[in-house]
Amino acid sequence: MTPIIEIRRLERTFGAVVAAADINVRIEQGETLGIIGANGAGKTTFVNMITGHLPPSSGTILFDGADITGNAPRQITRKGISRSFQIAQIFPDMTVIENMLVAITIAEEANLSPLRPATTRARIERAREALGQFGLADSQDRVAGTLPQGAKKLLDIAMAMASRPKVMLLDEPTSGVSTEEKLAMMQHLMGALRQSGTTIIFIEHDMDIIGAHANRILAFYEGRIIADGSTEEVLADPQVRTHVIGQHAQREAGHA
Amino acid sequence: MNSLAFSRDRLLIAGLAVVLVAALVAPNWMRFLLQVSMSAGLVALGVMLQMRLGLVSFGQGLYYCIGGYTAAMLAVFAGITDIVALAIAGTVVAGLVAFVAGFLMRRYRGIFFAMLSLALSMILYGVLVKARALGSTDGFNIHHLSLLGFSLQGEAKQMATYSLTIVCVLASVMASRRYLSSSVGTVAEAIRENELRVEYLGSSAQLLVHYTYVLAALISGLGGVLFALAIGHVDPLMVYWSTSGQFVFVALLSGTVSVVAPLIGMLLLEVVRMYAMALSPNTWQIILGTVMLAVIIFIPKGLFSVIMPQNRGGKS
Repeated sequence: MTPIIEIRRLERTFGAVVAAADINVRIEQGETLGIIGANGAGKTTFVNMITGHLPPSSGTILFDGADITGNAPRQITRKGISRSFQIAQIFPDMTVIENMLVAITIAEEANLSPLRPATTRARIERAREALGQFGLADSQDRVAGTLPQGAKKLLDIAMAMASRPKVMLLDEPTSGVSTEEKLAMMQHLMGALRQSGTTIIFIEHDMDIIGAHANRILAFYEGRIIADGSTEEVLADPQVRTHVIGQHAQREAGHA
Repeated sequence: MNSLAFSRDRLLIAGLAVVLVAALVAPNWMRFLLQVSMSAGLVALGVMLQMRLGLVSFGQGLYYCIGGYTAAMLAVFAGITDIVALAIAGTVVAGLVAFVAGFLMRRYRGIFFAMLSLALSMILYGVLVKARALGSTDGFNIHHLSLLGFSLQGEAKQMATYSLTIVCVLASVMASRRYLSSSVGTVAEAIRENELRVEYLGSSAQLLVHYTYVLAALISGLGGVLFALAIGHVDPLMVYWSTSGQFVFVALLSGTVSVVAPLIGMLLLEVVRMYAMALSPNTWQIILGTVMLAVIIFIPKGLFSVIMPQNRGGKS
């Protein structure tokens, strides 16, 4: 069976700095893949290359068997890969439902019309339904920029999901979210995403969240994948414990 | 997207239509004032459409001038004097130039877009002041106009060009309103807030900027034709930076909440200018400047924010 994403010998350098080297991954449809690694390990570079934000220096990215290496972000989104960002990318001066309507309008019209009205009854209904799925129904008339961090993140993801992607990449979905909010937010989020049957790839620093939601983990260290396997295997890997979990634990201790 | 603002907008358009039609029986000077204000107001509308994307064009006079000069050159050098044909030709030429220039403009944002638009307009200014065949800095006059084969003279000429202005202004306002509520208009507006998100939702921000740039140029070109027909003269001042600056100023003072705002803003500016000149012929700029300053201080979101307030920040 063709993997939904296949990455072959992917590399990205910034001058002498190697941000990603010799990355080979096959991701099957329906997987929930967690990506871990210390800061600067190459996790976001990996996501940025898949979503077209950053062209790779070499290597190939196949999506559903088709080569998407170097495609523009909008082309990749249209093909079925969406993403959210570490800092929620929303339209801050618009209301929550207007944010959603923009996303739905783009998702529904491959070629946007300069004549057809953007706001229709059907789209408003769809927007309300989507906001409901992500627990944002009560905030639909709020200006998006005034939402709490967690809600902004959910809105960012809800908008990315408007195109009903086959693959959803989440870049640190709980960063900036309070510890109390984190677990509940991830429960809600993963519930909504799994309902749609989307393949999920998410970057996360919190090992409890990784352990609870990922069924496979990629561990990055200095631009390379040092471990790839089931959650239990990777979290027990000595290299991962030294280079990822150890640093993470130190960081957590520093924050405490 | 703001349905309240859009229903008020509909009322304002109806009000504008009533005033413009009623002016058909008004004194000549009043009709002329309206005609000139509405023509220039269309260019301010073009600036406003781009402002809704977060882009400020300091060179919108380029398309105003292209529209005016195209009509004038066709009338004087090609013998095409039909005012409807001239309006169509001027608008189309402005649109075609914008379509080509748009491939460059759509790549820039912020101050770079503003300066590039200014640079393009000043290139045309430089060409026109050196073009002796086009009257250099003096420009040239349009003597003969016609409509459906009938030659237009005196009051008939003013009535015909004014009537054309009414039709063109209302059509432009309604088209702009339709555009802003369309899928392209709605998503284009989102570019101002977050271009990255627009791209990652699957739309091309550059293409949407290009669309809006061309629409703004079409409307501004039409404004230029109507202005040239109203005063029967074109000169390079139409494309000078201070003229473009005036359009930006009117768009800023009027605000972006209504498509009618720039037209009314331009009319108010012309009225204040007219009375200031009558009151103090040598120092009228002081009066005009004081009024503008008062608007900026007391109504920072534009004149129309008073009658069409928006319940969120950053939209004016």
